[in-house]
Amino acid sequence: MNSISVRALLVRGMLAGLAAGVLALVVAYLLGEPHVDSAIAFEEAHSPHDHGDGGEDPVSRTMQSTAGLATGILVYGVALGGIASLVFCVALGRIGRFGPRATAALVSLGALLAVYVVPFLKYPANPPSVGDPDSIGKRTALYFLMIALSVLLAVGAVILGKRLAPRLGNWNATVAAGAAFVVAVGLAYAFLPSVNELPDDFPAALLWKFRLSALAIQLLLWTGFGLVFGHFAERLLAPRAGVQDGKARTAAPAG
Amino acid sequence: MAQSAAPAAASSAIPAVAPISLKEIAPWALFVGILMLVLLYFVGAEQGATSLISGENVHEWVHDGRHLLGFPCH
Repeated sequence: MNSISVRALLVRGMLAGLAAGVLALVVAYLLGEPHVDSAIAFEEAHSPHDHGDGGEDPVSRTMQSTAGLATGILVYGVALGGIASLVFCVALGRIGRFGPRATAALVSLGALLAVYVVPFLKYPANPPSVGDPDSIGKRTALYFLMIALSVLLAVGAVILGKRLAPRLGNWNATVAAGAAFVVAVGLAYAFLPSVNELPDDFPAALLWKFRLSALAIQLLLWTGFGLVFGHFAERLLAPRAGVQDGKARTAAPAG
Repeated sequence: MAQSAAPAAASSAIPAVAPISLKEIAPWALFVGILMLVLLYFVGAEQGATSLISGENVHEWVHDGRHLLGFPCH
């Protein structure tokens, strides 16, 4: 295992992230965009708000909902794919007796929960017109703080599970570490301030559907990443005996 | 972690995977990891709470992605 394999895994992680991003983009465009448009229509009907500069929008809605959306989601996919592949490099062979594909699936599940679902349950995604522009600094700080806290607690839970495994057995250690994670997240939820900046008479159904579609995007992104990256990693790290023999035979005469 | 050790049977079905040493991972994690976080910053927060580039073009360009990916937007 040399650093070539870290580089190879990183490249595959970013490519898998790009592929997963394409999948998420399709879902975002088909499921999410109609709700964004409805929310913008609500915003314009209720408070003609123009981001404070009074001029026309520098980027048209058409560009925002196609090329802009694609830029955002694909860059997000590549960046998180790269980070997840580095986490995979650390997790491989350290979190139990899992092969590359199963490790990739577990890392993806863990990332979905720690990076998105846990912060989302406290500070959910909001459509346009929900949220006071003046509190953007506070909301951004709280959201990133929640992500950082959730990721650190998840890493802590994995380390705790590893420590407990020799004494409690793998199953009970996993349950105990999971319970510790849930309690710690619950405490964070209780102590961090809540944000409720929903305008009066904003349609509840629209908010719910927007948030469901935001969740669907992440679910697809991480499922796609886990499956595609797991496939790449398995082929790279655990080539089947026959394939390996074939490679050895073709490589032998050259070297 | 969930799979209990059944040494003989498990080792033939799932060969143990040797961990990659942390020393090998560290330089990649440092440089590429930080680069990826910078990319996430530009998608998620630039020209929102903080601005490195003046104007609103970055914000407006990734506006829909920011909302749908769960970042606080405006």
